[in-house]
Amino acid sequence: MIHDNYLYVILGMGIVTYIPRWLPLVILSRRKLPEWFEQWLDLIPAAILSALILPILITTGDPRHLDLMRPEFLVAVPTLIFAVKTKSLAGTVMFGMFLFWLAGKFF
Amino acid sequence: MNSEEKTVDWTAIIKDGVVGAWPICLGYLAIGLAFGVIAQKAGFSPLEIGLMSLLVYAGSAQFIGISMLSAGAGIVPIIITTFTINLRHLLMSSSLSTFMRNLGTGKLSLFAYGVTDESFALNTVRFRRGDWDWRRALVLNHISNLAWIISTVAGGLGGRFIPAGAFGIDYALIAMFVCLLVFQLRGRLYVIVALIAGMLAVILSLILPGNSYIVITSVIAATLGIFLKRLKHFAGAEQKS
Repeated sequence: MIHDNYLYVILGMGIVTYIPRWLPLVILSRRKLPEWFEQWLDLIPAAILSALILPILITTGDPRHLDLMRPEFLVAVPTLIFAVKTKSLAGTVMFGMFLFWLAGKFF
Repeated sequence: MNSEEKTVDWTAIIKDGVVGAWPICLGYLAIGLAFGVIAQKAGFSPLEIGLMSLLVYAGSAQFIGISMLSAGAGIVPIIITTFTINLRHLLMSSSLSTFMRNLGTGKLSLFAYGVTDESFALNTVRFRRGDWDWRRALVLNHISNLAWIISTVAGGLGGRFIPAGAFGIDYALIAMFVCLLVFQLRGRLYVIVALIAGMLAVILSLILPGNSYIVITSVIAATLGIFLKRLKHFAGAEQKS
């Protein structure tokens, strides 16, 4: 059984989530983009991945505060080095998981 | 259907997409189970959980949506919050559009559905490496979605019996993002942009509520990157990136 109320919430959330995913693909993918904009879009992944990951690693709590001693961050350092050295996604994920599991034994 | 369409080897494509999606599936399993448990505690049935994962398919928004619902928030605030949280996909889809050239609206719409932080990061790296196409990306998106739906429903059915943090699985997505970020650093300019974005994101995340810092920071960092590139260009220096 589905509550009516929940159904509306889910539908509403679905629509407003889908629109930002859909619009740029439909509008931009068929257009010749100016060179500066292509270059800008080319820099977006590096910017967005860094902006996603760093606050997760070194901030915590609500309201958020800085914490450089989180296991997430301490494990991320060797994981980053491993990624640079090996260039292996599979290896890095396994390595990071192993270290985090190990860190869980000490924290 | 043209001749190129006829010779498409779907077995190989599905295999590549599924194999490519495994780090995402592993990560979604961990988060999905956790989400299912919380949603079930908030009064969601497994069917409602599955429906939400199918129609919304956005981890952080689903977590926040559930917590707002249990706190008694109204439908409009929840939808507005969801919209702001997921606005970052606007940037991701814009960036992905450069790899999705000359496709029909149907294919683009099907692909757009599966744009998440994780699929964006992974597909971008694969597209750049050159062994990827829209079909493989589409398979990766939908396999990831399937993993999300199954994990969240499983969490709602009996997730509380699964020990939290088993095998370091909670770290799968963080390790994946760290690695994919490394793959994005293809020159000095990318490193500088990533450093600016990371530091600015940390500062803004401490000041601003929610996750608006992600979009603001990425736009600022990429824009500064373009200026730096131009500056270097006009200075007549040799361009390396």
